[in-house]
Amino acid sequence: MSDELNPRFSFETFVVGAGNRLAVTAARTVAQSPGAAYNPLYLYSPTGLGKTHLLTAVGQLAKEHSPDLHVEYLTLDEFVEAYHAAVAAGQSEAFRNRFDRVDVLLVDDVQFLTHRREMQAELLRVTGQLQSAGKQIVLTSDCPPSEIEDLDERLLSRFDGGLVADIGAPDYETRLAILKRRAEDRDAEFDEEVLGAVASFDLPNVRELLGLLNRLVAYQAVSESPLTPAGAKELLAGDAERAKAAAERPPPAPPAAPAPVARPEDEFADFLSDVAHTVEEQVEAWRSRLGEAILLWEAEGYRTVRLEEMLQQDIPVPAERVVQQFERDVERLRSSQAAIAKMDPGRADDPLFFDPDRVEEANELVQQALVDTGPPPGPSAAWSLDTYVVGEANKVALNAARAVADRPGQRYNPLVLVGPTGVGKTHLMHAIGHRLGAAADAVVACLTAQQLLDELVEAIEGERVDIWRARYRRVTAFLLDDVHILARKERSQEELFHLFNELHDAGHQLVFTAVTSPREIEGLDDRLKSRLEGGLVTTMAGPDRELRRNIVARKMDELFRGVDDELIDYIAARPADSIRAVLGLIQRVAIAAEAQEVAPSAALARELIEGAAPERARTGVRTSGVLLSPSGNVRSREKLVWSWPDPVERVIEALV
Amino acid sequence: MSLVNFTTREITCKIVYYGPGRSGKTTNLQYIYERVPGDRRGRMVSLATQTDRTLFFDFLPLELGSISGFTTRFQLYTVPGQVYYNATRKLVLQGADGVVFVADSQARQLDENIESLQNLQENLLEQGVDARGVPLVIQYNKQDLPSDLILSTSELNEALNFWGAPNFSAAALEGTGVFETLKAASELVLRKLSEETPT
Repeated sequence: MSDELNPRFSFETFVVGAGNRLAVTAARTVAQSPGAAYNPLYLYSPTGLGKTHLLTAVGQLAKEHSPDLHVEYLTLDEFVEAYHAAVAAGQSEAFRNRFDRVDVLLVDDVQFLTHRREMQAELLRVTGQLQSAGKQIVLTSDCPPSEIEDLDERLLSRFDGGLVADIGAPDYETRLAILKRRAEDRDAEFDEEVLGAVASFDLPNVRELLGLLNRLVAYQAVSESPLTPAGAKELLAGDAERAKAAAERPPPAPPAAPAPVARPEDEFADFLSDVAHTVEEQVEAWRSRLGEAILLWEAEGYRTVRLEEMLQQDIPVPAERVVQQFERDVERLRSSQAAIAKMDPGRADDPLFFDPDRVEEANELVQQALVDTGPPPGPSAAWSLDTYVVGEANKVALNAARAVADRPGQRYNPLVLVGPTGVGKTHLMHAIGHRLGAAADAVVACLTAQQLLDELVEAIEGERVDIWRARYRRVTAFLLDDVHILARKERSQEELFHLFNELHDAGHQLVFTAVTSPREIEGLDDRLKSRLEGGLVTTMAGPDRELRRNIVARKMDELFRGVDDELIDYIAARPADSIRAVLGLIQRVAIAAEAQEVAPSAALARELIEGAAPERARTGVRTSGVLLSPSGNVRSREKLVWSWPDPVERVIEALV
Repeated sequence: MSLVNFTTREITCKIVYYGPGRSGKTTNLQYIYERVPGDRRGRMVSLATQTDRTLFFDFLPLELGSISGFTTRFQLYTVPGQVYYNATRKLVLQGADGVVFVADSQARQLDENIESLQNLQENLLEQGVDARGVPLVIQYNKQDLPSDLILSTSELNEALNFWGAPNFSAAALEGTGVFETLKAASELVLRKLSEETPT
């Protein structure tokens, strides 16, 4: 196959005469607007009348018009050879695909398709594919399609469906014009009459005519006197005779002169064959439509059982509709395949995506993958760094958090927030995530280790671990709450280890929270420990008095819009090992104030907390934390109930 | 119209030769009849009056044998051309898969041609068939008559062929154009058939 076209064979060098005008006009038309006019264009003539010249000229002109066009010229033999080589190398698919990008396909000498059923099928497929893509096909042969022996009916009808034009033998004037032009090309000067005499040899073939000219040129080069017409005739007579005798084929009929058609001898037989042809073409059209589609899609690697089964039926099926449905299914498979390739490249080759009978399954797979690879759980918008109350106990952690939020992946990676429950680790982690998520294209995963664990188990059950993994591999920040939960969960740790490495290498921020520093978490793999310790591990203590005061002031302000300092001081002075406990006290005061319809005051608080009867205290303890979860979210409540260090202690504390 | 039976694998085409009286419809059928090998043709039924005009209709069944596995039959009918036999024409026209309109090329017969065409259109319409949807071929017969007596095919096309149907110049007596007309009609019918086959 070649896209190098012989520059000598152009329309400019092609001499047009009555015998070839139709062919030349058609060829020019298709060259100027490939795929739009006659497709395929089938040119035929006996040898030596310029088929290859015209074919090449189409390619040249098409390229001249749009240089970006991909023009392929090949002879049928080259086509066959390439196909056999490809099959031998087990690359028949590649052979088929090589025509995908061709805009103009020029195939010379298709008469050699005779008795080559396999190649006919291949050519049928290639031309079908190009034609449906609106690409131009030009073919040449030494006989009309109907005379190619043992030619597949479908190819025949495809060729006939375009334009079949013959290139007739040149008449005297054309012969003379050809001779003149060629003599000029060769800088040979001949008397007009000499060329006239040569042209008068009625040769069926331009090549041989040029052979005569060559002889003249050669003769003239060694001769001292210019040739005379008589001399030329004498010189060439023998050659011309031989050439004519050798060309046994009669010159092709002059192009369609609309003369009355002679009636065939057996008119009925003629009629019969005509009807037979139409019946084959029309009545069984559905079969050829199905056959064509099967060939095409099989070559593309799709399962065509559905169509094959229909082909076996005796009763016609609505082929066009069936094929269209099939093509729609293929289209859906392709888009499913493309979708899965993005999420889980390993599954894109699944046979499922080549079976139009399993479109739904393929779709389900994609849907599942979509769910699995949907955005990972993100940070809660309820918590932000701006509302985070700072005190001595969390100053370092908050600073680190701000640094991480401002320059993710660059300052402290990973950042590990350590501290007992209720000191605000989760709040801070979500606040960081929230800030990181505000960046363009950011994908922030923010979840508890328990969630991670549950998802992994589910993915393992559904054999979708790859997809699950992919979902986290594409995040730009990964924040994991309560990493200690993964202690002794080996598979989860394994996954986390790889995820950690990948994200860390990519410069993405990682944040973890834990109740103790990583190296003290029992059952956590050493390689994870060392990685977590490798960043910044910062400890958050229970709220000191200053922090408690800040929190109380902020919260009271939120609830009552201005409260006296005495109340704030009083509550802040109460011992509390977590922020949650502080918030619990505030809530109790608020409820009591509301119930008694008085303004909250230090006296009320004192009465409530210190002067309370034991039975009331019990009630208070039970309600505190639950109502006061700052986000009000359920998970936090659960955590509160389950991870409350020691309720008994707290009852005592309240009674003090 | 049940033209193709895929279960029994049979194709049956009914083609009706229509046209004014004495335009050459029966001549067309006779010419065809003579060229069909004995084993392929049924008996040609011709019910003619004493004055040699078709009174009822001509019927020529043709067995085309097995084509692509289909037993294929053509049934060629003519209608009586004379104006007063309209009931018969309607009867024959029923269930026609295609129509060959045989026009008389003689200039003085132009009105009869037009009248007959209109009659064809009316009769089809009466059967709920739109003439434009019926496979129709027009044959300009008697083109072998002296040119001063006849209209040329282009003149006739102008006057009669307002549907742009395929048309053929013919001299049915000697057979010119007879099979060409039949071929064209058959092709139209079969193509129409494939359109009607669910695709």
